[in-house]
Amino acid sequence: MDELRSKYLNMIADAADEASIEDLRVQSLGKKGEISMKMRELGKMSPEERQVAGPALNALKDEINSALAAKKAALADAALDARLRTEWLDVSLPGRARRRGTIHPISQVTEEVTAIFADMGFAVAEGPQIESDWYNFDALNIPGHHPARAEMDTFYTHRAPGDDRPPHVLRTHTSPVQIRSMETTGAPTRIICPGRVYRADYDQTHTPMFHQVEGLAIDKDISMANLKWVLEEFVKAYFEVDHVDIRFRASHFPFTEPSAEVDIRCSWEGGTLKVGEGDDWLEILGSGMVHPKVLQAAGVDPTQWQGFAFGMGIDRIAMLKYGIPDLRAFFDSDLRWLRHYGFAALDVPTLHGGLSR
Amino acid sequence: MKFTLSWLKHHLDTDASVTEIADALTDLGLEVEGIENPAERLANFTIGYVQSAEKHPDADKLRVCQVDTKDGPTQIICGAPNARAGITVVIAAPGTYVPGIDTTIGVGKIRGIESYGMMCSEREMELSDEHDGIIELPSGEVGQSFTDWLALHDPAKVDPVIEIAITPNRPDALGVRGVARDLAARGLGTLKPLTVDPVPASFVADLKVSIDDDTLDVAPFFCGRLIRGVKNGPSPAWLQQQLRAIGLRPISFLVDVTNWFTYDLNRPLHVFDADKVTGNIRVHRAKGGETLTALDDKTYTLQPGQMVISDDNGPESIAGIMGGLDTGCTMDTVNVFVESAYWDPIQIAHTGRALKINSDARYRFERGVDPAFTPEGLEHAVRMISDHAGGAVSELIKAGQVPDTSRAYRLDAKRVISLVGMDIPEATQRQTLCALGFRLDGNMAHVPSWRPDVQGEADLVEEVARIASLTKLQGKPLPRSAPGVPKPILTPGQVRQQVAKRTAAALGYNECVTYSFVDAQAARLFGGGDDATMLENPISSEMSHMRPNLLPGLLRAAARNQARGFMDMALFEVGAGFHGGEPGEQHMLISGVLIGRTGPKDVHGTSRPVDLYDAKADAEAVLAAIGAPAKVQILRGAEGWWHPGRHGKICLGPKKVLAVFGELHPKVLQEMDIKGAAVAFTIWPDEVPLPRSKTATRPALAATDLQAVERDFAFVVDAEVEALTLVNAAAGADKALIADVRVFDEFIGGSLGAGKKSLAVTVRLQPTEATLKDTDIEAVSAKIVDKVTKATGGVLRG
Repeated sequence: MDELRSKYLNMIADAADEASIEDLRVQSLGKKGEISMKMRELGKMSPEERQVAGPALNALKDEINSALAAKKAALADAALDARLRTEWLDVSLPGRARRRGTIHPISQVTEEVTAIFADMGFAVAEGPQIESDWYNFDALNIPGHHPARAEMDTFYTHRAPGDDRPPHVLRTHTSPVQIRSMETTGAPTRIICPGRVYRADYDQTHTPMFHQVEGLAIDKDISMANLKWVLEEFVKAYFEVDHVDIRFRASHFPFTEPSAEVDIRCSWEGGTLKVGEGDDWLEILGSGMVHPKVLQAAGVDPTQWQGFAFGMGIDRIAMLKYGIPDLRAFFDSDLRWLRHYGFAALDVPTLHGGLSR
Repeated sequence: MKFTLSWLKHHLDTDASVTEIADALTDLGLEVEGIENPAERLANFTIGYVQSAEKHPDADKLRVCQVDTKDGPTQIICGAPNARAGITVVIAAPGTYVPGIDTTIGVGKIRGIESYGMMCSEREMELSDEHDGIIELPSGEVGQSFTDWLALHDPAKVDPVIEIAITPNRPDALGVRGVARDLAARGLGTLKPLTVDPVPASFVADLKVSIDDDTLDVAPFFCGRLIRGVKNGPSPAWLQQQLRAIGLRPISFLVDVTNWFTYDLNRPLHVFDADKVTGNIRVHRAKGGETLTALDDKTYTLQPGQMVISDDNGPESIAGIMGGLDTGCTMDTVNVFVESAYWDPIQIAHTGRALKINSDARYRFERGVDPAFTPEGLEHAVRMISDHAGGAVSELIKAGQVPDTSRAYRLDAKRVISLVGMDIPEATQRQTLCALGFRLDGNMAHVPSWRPDVQGEADLVEEVARIASLTKLQGKPLPRSAPGVPKPILTPGQVRQQVAKRTAAALGYNECVTYSFVDAQAARLFGGGDDATMLENPISSEMSHMRPNLLPGLLRAAARNQARGFMDMALFEVGAGFHGGEPGEQHMLISGVLIGRTGPKDVHGTSRPVDLYDAKADAEAVLAAIGAPAKVQILRGAEGWWHPGRHGKICLGPKKVLAVFGELHPKVLQEMDIKGAAVAFTIWPDEVPLPRSKTATRPALAATDLQAVERDFAFVVDAEVEALTLVNAAAGADKALIADVRVFDEFIGGSLGAGKKSLAVTVRLQPTEATLKDTDIEAVSAKIVDKVTKATGGVLRG
């Protein structure tokens, strides 16, 4: 029996391929295989003999079976290894190209501003870009002869001969949206109005179209001190700093009274802006308490309601935050610029995840 | 608006430094734009005393001087004719920058002898044009700073010039006195009293003045006095100096007086040479067509209704804007008529704009000068002229009445506190208003005549707040309007815009923001360019019309990128197109443009030219992202800028177009300077219906364990049969069983013959009740073939 065992185990070990393994199986454990024949002889044995030879034969059968299976697996592994050795690719070749899209800084910053003000309860209002001069000027306490009209470099739309209405304008600010919004919702209200505005001016820091976001909060007891707090919170959140000094300076806008220009403390060390430190002041927005005449024009009773308004340039705060040098390039759509200053599709600014990465 | 510190001190008694004054001005709303302090440039010059001066051995005109300086006895070579022993001089020691010769002094040898510095003339220090010799000071200690000496003995030479920006509501601050009044109200000094001792009249002039009845509404008051026998000439030094300091050129005394009062008291005046005035003076409206040569030497043609001052010869002055050349004063003037008048701001603004004249007078009158001060201002000027240039002064000649601008508003101290959010005691509020010239009568604040901007209670609040200082304002939290977690604030439309942008960017498109106006040609190519959307005053012909949609702007951007050598691109924009010129005639659009190849050519061979199916897939992806239904119709017949055979409209019914995709018309592309083909899509997001239900809950997933079966069919159909027709027919064969029909092959021509094509589809059968048997599959297959044949006339391919 031992002889049989060592004979087959040696032959299995020496088998070169799957076919010889199969031959060995037939030869040993097949119907007429050597071990199978021995098993048949068990019937002719005496019970005593059988008690010894039976288990021994069964054990031998199991052992040969296992040896066959193990050898078969080893041969398959070896064959796979041999194949894989031939399967070599140059992994330094580039992956399949994919276009990388971008979001324009104007869209990104508008979303950032929206996220911040939404947290303070401001909704987003929108309105027409071609406006009547009533909404763009008169309703905002800028009568026809007011010097501010001339200073705003307004674009006017063409009037057909015989149409004697005053020409419409391309809105010079998003303030008309405030009027339209108050006409619809009345007070109390909290809105921001982002969007395109137009002024007939073109040089390194002026383009005939740019973007503004204005804010409006009207309630029973909103004060200029609340305005200052809201702007402080906004500036901190937007520039992602823990502390910032902001300075109100008395100024004049026809639609607010009192009015203030707002500066933030900053430094320009090494040509880069750092908000919240240094000794320079940077003017970033205009603001004030909404003029009673403006509330009246929008159908809100100024003896009952009061509140603030502010406005700033989206392009401008985008330039400041992200170090973008030239305003004109915003609207040129140079692919190199779009890719360099643009944002990834999934860089959605949120307050919980951070506005910028 | 510019003024010097000493000019300010003419009205304000103050010890405040320039810095303190500048900070206060900015805080008060009179923003300081610049301070020019001559003392800074001269800070290093010191005083010396010349002990001896010997002729230079090698140069006749040079002297070798031994000078006591801050550094002790020093040798300086000097070429000035007045360099001599015993004079007190100004020294630029080595290392000092001398502005008048733009040089930093060093130690040097002049003709072989060493010189340790320089003795300076006034011109070298840019103090004046004086260069006949070096300065000889009447006093001064050796080593003393020259600017300190100047401050004591000739303060005008080191007088800082302050420039401030004036907002349109503050005409009063266009005079130095108005600025002083603000500073006094802030507590930075005391406003000095302003008094005038009118010159007594010594005769009654023959000259008469009248204002036409139809002009009184815009020219309510005109007055003047005639001065006979004045001696005109250059102004006294102080007056010349002050005018120069603020950038004005002294002309002659009579003219300089009018300019000085314009800046000092915001009281523009005019002086006529009385000998050149014929007959009487009449203020009236122009008929139109009259011409007048003004003091700027330009000839203006008057338009009907504009205000003029005429004599018997015709127009002599454009009222409130600019005087005429013919009757202007010269050095030879001996008889002068000094005019002070009040003009309506709106009228002045219109005339000034129409005639395109920018003068100091127009600037002030259109913002509003103090009407009540008109006669008093005249007396100030007459007093100054008479004191300096002599002459006999006539009785006052006048027409009309000083307009009554008196008005009063209630000061509600509590409201002020509530609006500003700053605790300003009522007494302080009242004190502030009084300091600004308001008169308080109980709670009624009477507005001073020089503040035309104060038109209501809100203006009182502003005055109180800015004097109290907004810099000191402390922020106070603005509570949320409702407690708890903030609610979403975006409208569905706004959400769609954001989602569309981020989806397009994720698909590889670069977002552009292009101008809302395009050139007429581009606008016309894309259905716009009519007069309704035209600008009256475009900034250039490239930006003359509001864009009808986003494609012209994107294609212009694409052409610019091609010109820079970028041939493959995917650009998109989300924004408004304009279908008319009325407010609201705009509609939201999402457009993408694909040009060139899908990417640069690559080792995997995946790069290929973009085609309309790319645009279609991207349009569908964006539509899906903004919630458009999956089941749509694809129709043809979009506008002419699309390739007629290669575009499709994605519709919900023939009139409900959600999007268009396709190739752009080659002719349009050529006119837009685009090289090669371009495909694009446009989506109208507002056309996409809003979801009907507001619930976030999804329907339960119906996924069966029964195995699905796929079967392929190929049909030969006419070439113009659309695949969607075939797919819809097949899908309709058994709506319960057929889960999906996909086109996987299209083969045109070949053995099929002309006008025929083969379309192959895979039909996926998903049983829900029991596993499919061969007979079931055969039955549904037969139905599919039947339906497709009926719908398309096609036959199953053998």
